[in-house]
Amino acid sequence: MKVAKKTIKFLAIAVIALITTTSFASISGNADQNHNVQNHDGGQVNTQKEVTDYIQHHLKDSHDFTFFSYTSEEGERKHFGFSLPVILWSSEGLVTFMSSEFHHNDDGHVIVEKNGLKFAKIHSKIYELNSDAATVSFDETHHATNAHKVLDFSITKSVVGILLASLLMFLGFSALAKQYKTREIPKGLGRALEPLVIYVRDEIARPNIGEKKYKKFMGFLLTVFFFIWILNLLGLTPLGFNVTGQIAVTLALALFTLVIYIFNGSKDFWAHTLWMPGVPYILRPILAIIELTGFILIKPFSLLVRLFANITAGHFVVMSLIALMVTMKEAFGPVASTGMSLVLALFIMVIEVLVAFLQAFIFTMLSSLFIGMAVEEHEHH
Amino acid sequence: MYNLIGAGLIVIGGGIGLGQIGGKAMEGIARQPEAAGKIQTAMIIIGALLEGLAFGALILGK
Repeated sequence: MKVAKKTIKFLAIAVIALITTTSFASISGNADQNHNVQNHDGGQVNTQKEVTDYIQHHLKDSHDFTFFSYTSEEGERKHFGFSLPVILWSSEGLVTFMSSEFHHNDDGHVIVEKNGLKFAKIHSKIYELNSDAATVSFDETHHATNAHKVLDFSITKSVVGILLASLLMFLGFSALAKQYKTREIPKGLGRALEPLVIYVRDEIARPNIGEKKYKKFMGFLLTVFFFIWILNLLGLTPLGFNVTGQIAVTLALALFTLVIYIFNGSKDFWAHTLWMPGVPYILRPILAIIELTGFILIKPFSLLVRLFANITAGHFVVMSLIALMVTMKEAFGPVASTGMSLVLALFIMVIEVLVAFLQAFIFTMLSSLFIGMAVEEHEHH
Repeated sequence: MYNLIGAGLIVIGGGIGLGQIGGKAMEGIARQPEAAGKIQTAMIIIGALLEGLAFGALILGK
């Protein structure tokens, strides 16, 4: 009975975690919209601009999966990939359709009509047009004037990445757990996973949280570690994921840590945060303010920004170095530019594999450090 | 323009900090090779804290 109860609890937590992260990933509001999408001036293609736009587009979440695209001889844009479902909560309720109906348009010129409502996609965000409008009109700063954002629960590229990582983790670890019923040492994939689990336990959780209490937090720490690591590695494949580079995803992960250490804080932790013993009374409120902002704002903020900025910067550098092949072609010739781009991109890519692990490690390490600070009980003399 | 200068200053500051951390850790490991593991972990944590600060400044400055 006990096992069944635990399983149900685990499943409930997993579902809640998944829903929170995925909805954060698709609702994410990105204010950076002021870059132009017009990259054809008089038939001439501005390579520099096209490359920058491509990288910017990659760093954002998108509603379809495009592996590569090119312009054919007839001047038609061809895309290779597949479309993903769009799920919207509009003013008239739930609306669903496939993202292929936008025909890869990203500047609001293709209007999709569903349930008598009109939708347009502008910079990877879906807008609902006002009922009297036929086309989207823009003001000088390129903001839509007659359309507004809708709640977007779409299965976007990042959500697919999150689901894929969850599936991989579920398959890998349930296989590992099952093996302990029959044998001492796991075989196959489990043999590769077991040392990592033990590493997280012995190097991260035990020294930072303490021998007595670490067990309670192992589930969270292991999940976060493998989740971030798998997603970071997925981001290095040519599939084009950039999940841990979405600030919404890292925000959700940091919020989990925040909630965990706020609700597990010991009496001593709150006493030391709110009414620090051993300092003059006049200083205590000031210290309380400093400690509270530190724990509630600065620590989660540094956690989320570190992961987001590292992954974003990594993707940006790798893609820029690959783009050298195109942008430097006129200056150095095709062979030299390709060789340079290949060597540099390979070099950075190897570093990125290290960074992928390091960021997962750091996130878990700092989470356990913060949790350890909160649950620690001081000796009373 | 000014935010680029700011970004440069942040990177200089972060570089000095990381250099100090790395250099001192190296020194410590050379003096006490048996403590290498502990020093490395502490080094990575401090490095991460510094990195968080620098990235935070870069993001806010953007």
